[in-house]
Amino acid sequence: MYGKTWLGIVAVAVLTFSSMHGAFAAETIRLGVPGAHSGDLAGYGVPAYNAAQLVVDEVNAKGGINGKKIEIIAQDDQCKPELGTNAATKLLADNVDVVMGHTCSGATKAALPLYTDKKIVVVSPSATSPELTQSGSFPLFFRTTPSDDAQGKLGADFVVQHLKAKKVAILHDKGDYGKGYAQFVKEFIEKSGTDTKIVFFDGLTPGGVDYTPIIQKIARSGADTIVFGGYYPEASKLVTIMQSRKMKVNFVSEDGVKTEAFLKLAGKAGEGVYASSSRDYSDLPMTKAAVAAHEKKFSSAPGQFFMQAYAATQAIVNALEKTGSTDSQAIAKALRTEYVDTTIGKIRFDEKGDTVGAEFVMFQVVNGKFVEVPFKRAQ
Amino acid sequence: MADIDWHYFLELLVSGVTKGCIYALIALGYTMVYGIIELINFAHGEVYMLGAFTGLIVAGVLGVMGFPETGILLIGGVVAVIYCSAYGFTVEKIAYKPLRNATRLSPLISAIGMSIFLQNYVRIAQTQDFLRYPNLIPDFAFLEPISDILRPSGFVIIVTSSLVMAVLTLFIKYTRLGKAMRATAQNRKMAMLLGIDSDRIISATFIIGSALAAVGGVLIASHTQQINFNIGFLAGIKAFTAAVLGGIGSIPGAMLGGIVLGCCESFAAGYLSSDYEDMFAFAILILILIFRPSGLLGKAKVQKV
Repeated sequence: MYGKTWLGIVAVAVLTFSSMHGAFAAETIRLGVPGAHSGDLAGYGVPAYNAAQLVVDEVNAKGGINGKKIEIIAQDDQCKPELGTNAATKLLADNVDVVMGHTCSGATKAALPLYTDKKIVVVSPSATSPELTQSGSFPLFFRTTPSDDAQGKLGADFVVQHLKAKKVAILHDKGDYGKGYAQFVKEFIEKSGTDTKIVFFDGLTPGGVDYTPIIQKIARSGADTIVFGGYYPEASKLVTIMQSRKMKVNFVSEDGVKTEAFLKLAGKAGEGVYASSSRDYSDLPMTKAAVAAHEKKFSSAPGQFFMQAYAATQAIVNALEKTGSTDSQAIAKALRTEYVDTTIGKIRFDEKGDTVGAEFVMFQVVNGKFVEVPFKRAQ
Repeated sequence: MADIDWHYFLELLVSGVTKGCIYALIALGYTMVYGIIELINFAHGEVYMLGAFTGLIVAGVLGVMGFPETGILLIGGVVAVIYCSAYGFTVEKIAYKPLRNATRLSPLISAIGMSIFLQNYVRIAQTQDFLRYPNLIPDFAFLEPISDILRPSGFVIIVTSSLVMAVLTLFIKYTRLGKAMRATAQNRKMAMLLGIDSDRIISATFIIGSALAAVGGVLIASHTQQINFNIGFLAGIKAFTAAVLGGIGSIPGAMLGGIVLGCCESFAAGYLSSDYEDMFAFAILILILIFRPSGLLGKAKVQKV
């Protein structure tokens, strides 16, 4: 009971505060940057914090947004859910206008109800749990990294709509990544409501001496398409066996296989293999500039999720500029409608909050190179 | 169960025997060394890996010189055998001989150390990436009608392994060195009293074991067409299992154990689930050891006091 009363008082107090800002009432725009800034997973959170600093430095050097400088308020959550709610409470007490974070799905999920109550826009560079956007509970949540099931969805759609497969064999390497992908593909194929059947679902031991019996079992199942969740060494072993058995079935996989190493290892047996991956943005001038800026300021190469965080901050800055206010609904509307050039390409966000423009695409090995497959998904 | 799909059964059997032959070739090295000095040579899987790498390097050199594929395979195999024999010999001299009279645990730890050393040595000296192994086995025309059951590489593996194992059996049974090896395995002290140089016998055992592993390494690499520094680990564990399954110390036991293990895995993957392939193989091992603690062909040993 006491807890509830106390929460109520805080809520009223914060509501009063939050009604004070809007339409640039404060002198600066406050950008909350919560994430894993220390602890085991700092390798995911610190690059995002660095990215935010670089973008903000650049904007402030040009005079800010409509004359207002951006101020970063950082909070460390170490990727722990309980610290995530602490960080969110502190940021809300500091009257942040918009948030770029958190790092991990767990902490993000724990913190989101607090932001949602206060109607604060949150853009995460790295929280990948599907439910964050798909549940619909967090209308002001956006992210610049694809959700965990995005590749599985693409794989399933590709198999059903493009390859028009009738019988699909799904194989994985029992690892978190490969098995997760395999299960998503299975789930989405089953949900597709087409006559595509899953005739085989099994795992293999990575590093095994020989996978011939598995291929024999798949061949016997009559599958016309194999979907593999795992990495390139096993994938290349599988396609080598398939080639020597002169098996003509489609082989579809994910970005653990879409590597140069796969092309080298599989050689001719790799021809025709499909593998999905995000597009390569390392050649964009903006991306190159961001890397150079990071190397100049922090004298090191940027880490994981740096580009996604850079893009997230760019998208926030763009929305603030376009709307000329810190009103959350206006920012959210701008994020959904205004395309913005970022380090991960030209992006905007969809209704649920996932990025449009930085999706996974399907590649196929043609003459020893990965070539993008033109494939438009039916919704 | 009225209509068993015999074709499918045969496919699985053949791929199980193929895999089993490789296990058997490696298991022989474990079992021979154990038979003579009661040491589990954990560095043995690494010798198999070295054999595969030597084969690849030779193939690279000869490939540039334009040798025919079969020739490359043969020469690569011979060079790998010689090179790995030298490795086996040296490993024994460096890591086990100084510990000949130490407690039984010391050479075991030394063996684990040797295994880690060899793995990392290859990783640093060669590469930690996976390497593509050229397809050196030609398509045999006479295998065409049964190509969906027996692939050329499987054929070569089964024939070569059978030949090698037959030669080994004859060698152990009829040659002077073979007889001396058996005598040393039965009772080292007695053999020494009768004038057998046990150091020489031990060296010979390591050389032969390593040569067999090298053959296995070259064969499996041409079958799966990829290698890296770590392939010896899992293969070594499986081969060791096969040696125990067949009865460690017994040469026919290692051959049988390898093939039984290979077939178990193959049938488990084909009829049950490849998810449980390893689990099934080890469940078989436990079952056999419960009913036959000294393995399929192992003799229950009376402890000599």
